[in-house]
Amino acid sequence: MDDVKPFIYPGDDGSKLKPGSRYENFIGGDWTKPKTGNYFENISPTSGKVICEIPRSNADDVNLALDAAHKAAPGWGKTGPAERSNILLKIADVIEQNAEKLSLAETLDNGKPIREPMAADIPLTVDHFRYFAGAIRAQEGTIGNIDGMQSGGGNSAQGMMAYHYPEPLGVVGQIIPWNFPILMAAWKLAPALAAGNAVVLKPAEQTPYSICVLMELIADLLPPGVVNVVQGYGVEAGKPLASSNRVKKIGFTGETTTGRLILQYASENLIPVTLELGGKSPNIFFKDIMNGGDEYLSRCVEGFLHAYFNQGEVCTCPSRAVVHEDIYEPFMEMVKKRVSVLNCGDPFDLNTQVGAQASSEQFDKIMSYLDVGKQEGASVIFGGEKRQMDGAYSNGYYVEPTAFKGDNSMRIFQEEIFGPVVSVTTFKDEAEAISIANDTLYGLGAGVWSKDANICYRMGRAIEAGRVWVNCYHSYPAHAAFGGYKNSGIGRETHKMMLNHYQQTKNVLVSYAEVPDGFF
Amino acid sequence: MIKRVLSTKKTDDLINELSKIHGLLVFHQSGGCCDGSSPMCFPRSEFRVGSRDIYLGNISSQPFFMSEDQFEYWKHTQLIIDVVDGKGGMFSLEGPTGKRFLTRSRVYEENEINELLKNPPQIASNLSNIEGLKTTVN
Repeated sequence: MDDVKPFIYPGDDGSKLKPGSRYENFIGGDWTKPKTGNYFENISPTSGKVICEIPRSNADDVNLALDAAHKAAPGWGKTGPAERSNILLKIADVIEQNAEKLSLAETLDNGKPIREPMAADIPLTVDHFRYFAGAIRAQEGTIGNIDGMQSGGGNSAQGMMAYHYPEPLGVVGQIIPWNFPILMAAWKLAPALAAGNAVVLKPAEQTPYSICVLMELIADLLPPGVVNVVQGYGVEAGKPLASSNRVKKIGFTGETTTGRLILQYASENLIPVTLELGGKSPNIFFKDIMNGGDEYLSRCVEGFLHAYFNQGEVCTCPSRAVVHEDIYEPFMEMVKKRVSVLNCGDPFDLNTQVGAQASSEQFDKIMSYLDVGKQEGASVIFGGEKRQMDGAYSNGYYVEPTAFKGDNSMRIFQEEIFGPVVSVTTFKDEAEAISIANDTLYGLGAGVWSKDANICYRMGRAIEAGRVWVNCYHSYPAHAAFGGYKNSGIGRETHKMMLNHYQQTKNVLVSYAEVPDGFF
Repeated sequence: MIKRVLSTKKTDDLINELSKIHGLLVFHQSGGCCDGSSPMCFPRSEFRVGSRDIYLGNISSQPFFMSEDQFEYWKHTQLIIDVVDGKGGMFSLEGPTGKRFLTRSRVYEENEINELLKNPPQIASNLSNIEGLKTTVN
């Protein structure tokens, strides 16, 4: 990849992306100023420099967006699946054609190295819209034959059919996290739109910019009011959306306390909620990997390093490595060697593998956990410090890829640091591996590395997590369900079953009887 | 008596600033992804504390809670609530101020842990002396 010309910092001469100085909310198909006229500065975590101004919206703006969504929802909900599907396919095409531009926006806004949105975030976004475009075309309601059921009463059971129609909920609210701003929006938008809902979407205030670039590209493809984006702080704009009695469902990705608060609001409005609240995913390496051949073993080492993907800011970050005690030394030597050659350079260089943390407060939080780990007596295997960059990036938020050796009772094994930090421990046998894997409040992801099919099967079933990767990690293909066990949340995304979370079932129960039931 | 949660001077100042606007406050330690591990600050009348949530004490006269299961993994550490520059924090009240509460920690010495074991913390539903506190059962 040495001959690849580096991308250029957006806004600099020759860059494919020129951020505007100010963006607005996207409401009813128009770019709309916040009613208060207030904005906040959006900072790039790569450089600490201002990207643009973003509306600091409040409940009035949320209500305006809800007005637009309610106006659009009845018509949108009645469109045929083919029409909605075709719009999603067009959205996918436009995103694909603008992959570089959107990737630059994502790196600028979030700090991730540019190769990640180019290889993962944007292609997965494209595929997600295509998947739900297909899924909605293939979706069918069901027909139940109720003939002969005594509960129908009298003759009505003769010729009685139950028709089940999937119908949209109406207007839904979605609160998007900052770790994959465009992809996480796509995970929620694609099924909601496919199912025929109108959406009010609140991006994270840490990463509000890239979704503006996305909306600029796809605005004309959607009827006005079908997708509305309201920017601002969580407490000022997210809370009025989550607590509104004008949404039929809230989709949220974030942390547990806010998840509880959103459920409290939902209980007042009696609406469903899907929550994705993170995890502390174990990545388990069995002894037999050492005999699997050089290429396979290299794959396993890579599996450990998946913890540094997106700087560890992934809900499923394999942040607990659980390694068989007999192979700990040689395996970790290989990990250390691989980490030592990681490219942690310019986030806009396609060769760079680890970029900036998404915000200053996230950086501070990670540093506080590095401190906790050291206090708890965990030993630093490598890293453990701030990473100082030079030149234009000297004020960005960078952390060294880090691994601690410790035990599972330590807080660094129990809390989602959301940074490039792996806590490593060892196990003696399969039972202990399962015990360590499940000794956590969360259950989102897990990895199992072994060539023994029976070990893989047993571990896959025994780990209490919604996604167990076997001999792979961090793959997020559409059509594989993603969601949490335990405190990690409610609901399953990235699969057609997510349609169910954005639909309600209409049952029309029809009798074809032509004589009285005889009850009265 | 050893405290389970402390605040810095910057934190006290920010709490005073927020309480002037929002009145009585309550803190709840979050977990999980994104803004997880952040202490969340809400109007006390709005957030219903879980009935079995653990009461860690007060900072600047405002009560601080954590879920029972999370406390099991955190109880060997004293929490020091600090303030850093930043934004976000979901529905936490300090978001728009450009400041964020941040949980720092200190691992207790063995003698401190022994003393803490003699004084187990209370669960929220057993508290009767916190003005305006709402739990999910009372």
